[in-house]
Formats: sequence, structure tokens, C-alpha cells
Amino acid sequence: MEYKGVWTIAEAHEGDLKAVSFELLSRGRKLADELEEELVSVLIGGKVKEERVKELIQRGADRVILVEDPLLDRFIVETYSKVLIDLIDKKKPEIILSAATVNGRTLMPHVAMRIHAGLTADCTELGIEETTRNLLQTRPAIGGNILATIKSPDSRPQMATVRPKSSRPLELDESREGVVERIEFSRDLYDDRVKHLETISGGEEDINIQESDIVVSGGKGMKKIDNFKMLSDLAHAMGGVVGASRDAVDRGWARYPQQVGLSGKTVTPNVYFAIGISGAIQHLAGMKTAETIIAINTDEDATIFQVSDFGIVGDLFDVLPLLTQKLAKEVK
Amino acid sequence: MNIIVPIKQVPETSNVKMDTETGTMMRDGVESIINPLDLYAIEIAIQVKESHGGRVTVVTMGPPSADKALREALAMGCDDGVLISDRKFAGADTWSTAYVLVKAIEKIGAVDLIIAGERATDGDTGQVGPNIASAMDLPLATYVSRIDAVTGTSITVERMTEEGYEKLRLPLPALLTVVKEISYPRLPTLRGKQRARKTDIPTYSVADLDVVENHLGLTGSPTRVVKIETPKVTRGGKIYKVVDDHSLEEAVDGLIEFMKKKEII
Repeated sequence: MEYKGVWTIAEAHEGDLKAVSFELLSRGRKLADELEEELVSVLIGGKVKEERVKELIQRGADRVILVEDPLLDRFIVETYSKVLIDLIDKKKPEIILSAATVNGRTLMPHVAMRIHAGLTADCTELGIEETTRNLLQTRPAIGGNILATIKSPDSRPQMATVRPKSSRPLELDESREGVVERIEFSRDLYDDRVKHLETISGGEEDINIQESDIVVSGGKGMKKIDNFKMLSDLAHAMGGVVGASRDAVDRGWARYPQQVGLSGKTVTPNVYFAIGISGAIQHLAGMKTAETIIAINTDEDATIFQVSDFGIVGDLFDVLPLLTQKLAKEVK
Repeated sequence: MNIIVPIKQVPETSNVKMDTETGTMMRDGVESIINPLDLYAIEIAIQVKESHGGRVTVVTMGPPSADKALREALAMGCDDGVLISDRKFAGADTWSTAYVLVKAIEKIGAVDLIIAGERATDGDTGQVGPNIASAMDLPLATYVSRIDAVTGTSITVERMTEEGYEKLRLPLPALLTVVKEISYPRLPTLRGKQRARKTDIPTYSVADLDVVENHLGLTGSPTRVVKIETPKVTRGGKIYKVVDDHSLEEAVDGLIEFMKKKEII
């Protein structure tokens, strides 16, 4: 049987679908159209709201493959991997895309190893090679110093994880129709060795810096933990979240899940504010794919200004209060 | 408790220079270090050994010079090192690297726990840890930020997710990939360094491992690098300088105008 079709892996969380499920569909739609093949959204999980499943079709999928079972409510890689491999064996997709989330980056290598498939991590661009119809996967590496384009010429399916926020979901089209194919979860695929004991909420919305459109990050220039309050004021005025440089996290001014950079998270928001951050190469690696970068720093030679779309050389303790005050008037 | 820590030697990224003509990395004169994110795996492995007994074996695949990375790990407190080195391994992608590491781990012997770093700072894939767990069918927890409890038969960990954390219990043997939050790496001691110098580090070549040759190196790798580019970093945005109240006002107004134009507000 020939390998055909583009699959994207939807991600569920507490009965709802995560935004990355829809972002992937806009990537997948382009590839499927170019290949003139079907775009399938694969959803493995517990019970997910009916209208959200329909939304997968309304935002680009031709088909939804749904494997729903209470036993699949929590992401346990051993079981999810077996379910996905079983689907691949039966349906032979040509391309599988997943989000480069913690679960996507766990599931995909687990599957790729067993089926000896090529897998490219954290892609920011995808395309089809004209002559061979191979998937071209572009990703930053070596701390963002290079962009590598990778293909898997001989193995199928071609697998890639895609950086969250690196594409926008398609507009909702209520007239779009598609098929929802329910596949029963076969209990012999259930691996119960790893037990999920507890979910511990991050406690604050600020924790998920990778899914926010606006990230306001502070660095060493913030001087002390109390000053981070100025960042949350600014962030909240715009509906954003607070990130931090490694320096700030190491000093205990922010928590590790907020750390942006080589040893923290990579973010691709609409707007990234670098405040009191000089722009060490390790930090740039985590944020330089942001759509728009705004920097505030006292040192006019700071590297951060080279990658900025807008910069203010000045004392952040003068600039921030005035900015927050003026913004409050604008947003109102 | 036999613990294995797979590590990688990487170029010190802060000093990486690119050859603008070929678009490749200039490795000359760039210092090689233990992947910074592996240090957390080494540290937590040593801590588990200190409280539960056993040995920590650090293993790496690389050129003969990767011996240095292993000795650094020994100086921190790991007990044994294994170097996997052979020209036939060159050009391996994550699949083939994991394949060879699994064969080497099987040769090392009984293992209770494998602890890997979250990802390497050069390749930045984070795939080899999960690859190894998959190939050995070991229970896997990725992005582990805390070890809550270790018994003779199980380990309870907290894993970092986008929404917070989740607590998992895995039967042993198991594989963890750990994030920076889990520990603070210790520095090598003088005694550790002396011991590291004297420790015999075996080298495994193709002949020592039960491997299928067409799974090795570039041949065994499903992925191919087609093209490498050096992205332009400079954006050349507008810069306002604040020197007094007036220029402060101007800069902030300029920023608000800019944000309106970009439809940020």
C-alpha cells in the first residue's frame, strides 16, 4: 500500500483542544493541497467536546480520526505511541505533523524509533520539494545560529514536530464538511505501567509563555524581584504574560517555566518585549523568531537592539511606568 | 541502583562562529564542553546514587576527544565512563545515535535507571532520550523537574508541562529526561579530577557491539540535511534614545504609535 495523506496530531487537555491542534491544520492544509492529498487530524484522548471536534474540520481538516476512551484521558506516551503506530500501520500516512509541545516532543520520537522513520524537531518552515515530493523541513539549530533544511528521502511516514505559534489557525469556515471517523481503542494497546498520580496546576496563567501572543520578559536590568511587578502590570495591560532571562531566573526573580532561551523555552509570540535584557546569544536563541521584538535597555550597544524592531535606549524605571500609564489609556 | 547517563559533547555555543561562505560552523578553536543540559542529569544521577547506593555510568558517542567530557563527568562524581567511537558512527542522526546508544547500554549490563538531559544545545532536538526508552521499551517520563520518591521497584517524579506539572509513578527500570529545574550541578572536586584521570575508560567500536551495519552512521539515518543557512539576525529597527523628560515622552509615544501600526494594541 502506498503512503498517502497528511496527518496532524491534535492535542486535548481536560476535554478541550489546545490551540496547537488548529495551528497545525493550517500547516497541513498547505502541504495537502500541494500534494493533492487528504488532510487528517488525528485525535487520541478521553472525551473531547463535540463542537471542538467539528471545528477541526471547519479549520481545515478533511477527516478527523478519533480514538476516544476514558483510558486515554491522560497522555501516557507508552499507550499513545502504540495507538498511533497501530493507526500508521493500518492507514499509511505520508506525513505526520505534531506540535513541538512537551507531549508532541515525547510521542513523536517514541513512535519514530519503532517504525524507523525520519523525524525533524521543532520546525519553523515546511514545504514540498518539487521534483521528489519529499517534505522539506526547516529548523533552527545550534542556538538559532543556523537554519537547517532536512528531508527524509527513503523512510515513510515523514515526521516533524512544529514550533507552537509559528503559524496561525485558518479562519473558521462553517460550511466546510468532512468525515469524523471513530476508531475503537483496542485494549491490547493499553500499557498501564506508568501511573498518572496528580495534575498540579501552574498556579498562575503566566506559566504558559509558549502559548501567549505577547511575552514581556525581564532580565538582570530589573535589579530585584519586586520590580517584576512592573512587568506583570505591562503584560496584563495587553493580555500578555511575563517571561524572563536566565539571569533573572537564576537570581530567583522568576521561575524556571518562565525562562526564555537556550536552556529554557523557545517562544514565537506576536510581540516580545525584552526589558533590561542585554541579548546574550543564548537568550536570542529562545526569542528571535518572534514576529515583533521591542527592547528597552540602558546600554545602547546591547546586542538586543540588533534584533529589535523597536528599541528604547533609556532607564527602564523611567520608561515602564510611563508606558504602562499611557497604554492603560489606549487600551481603555 | 545502576544508573546510566547518556551525555553529548557540544561546542560552546556562545563562541560559535559561522563560515559565511560555506554556511557551516567553524569548530576550530571552539571549546568542546559537556552539553550544559546534561549537567543536570549527571547531578541528579549522583544524588540518587548518594541516597540509594549503586553506580553511575556516563556514556557518550563521539570522536576519541569526547573522552574529555566523560572524565569531566567522572570528576563530578560519576563512577564509570564508556566511550562509543568508530568512524562508522559518523553522520548519525537521532535515530541512529539512539540505536547505537541502546546497543552500548545493553552491553554495559543491568540498568535500573537511565537519566538524560532534556536536549543538547547544538542539535536541540530532545529526541534521543525518548528514542532510547522506545527502543528498550522502558517506561518514560520527559521534562522531569523533580524526583519525589525512589523505591527499589519504582520512581515517582514531577514532569513539567505547558499547564503546570504532573506527577507520575514509573516502575523500574525506567528512563527520565530532566530539565534544569531538577538540580544545581556541582563542580568537580580536586579528588574527583585525580580519580577521573586514573579511571580506565573503555571504548566500544562497531566490533564490540551487536549492531546491524546498515543502521549506523549516515546510512542508518532516515534524515538528510539538504541545506544550511545562516539567518540574518539584524532587524534594524527604530531606536529612540532617552536623555530627558522630553525624549522620554517622545520615545514612549513612538512606541505606542508603533504598536498601533502593528495592530498590537
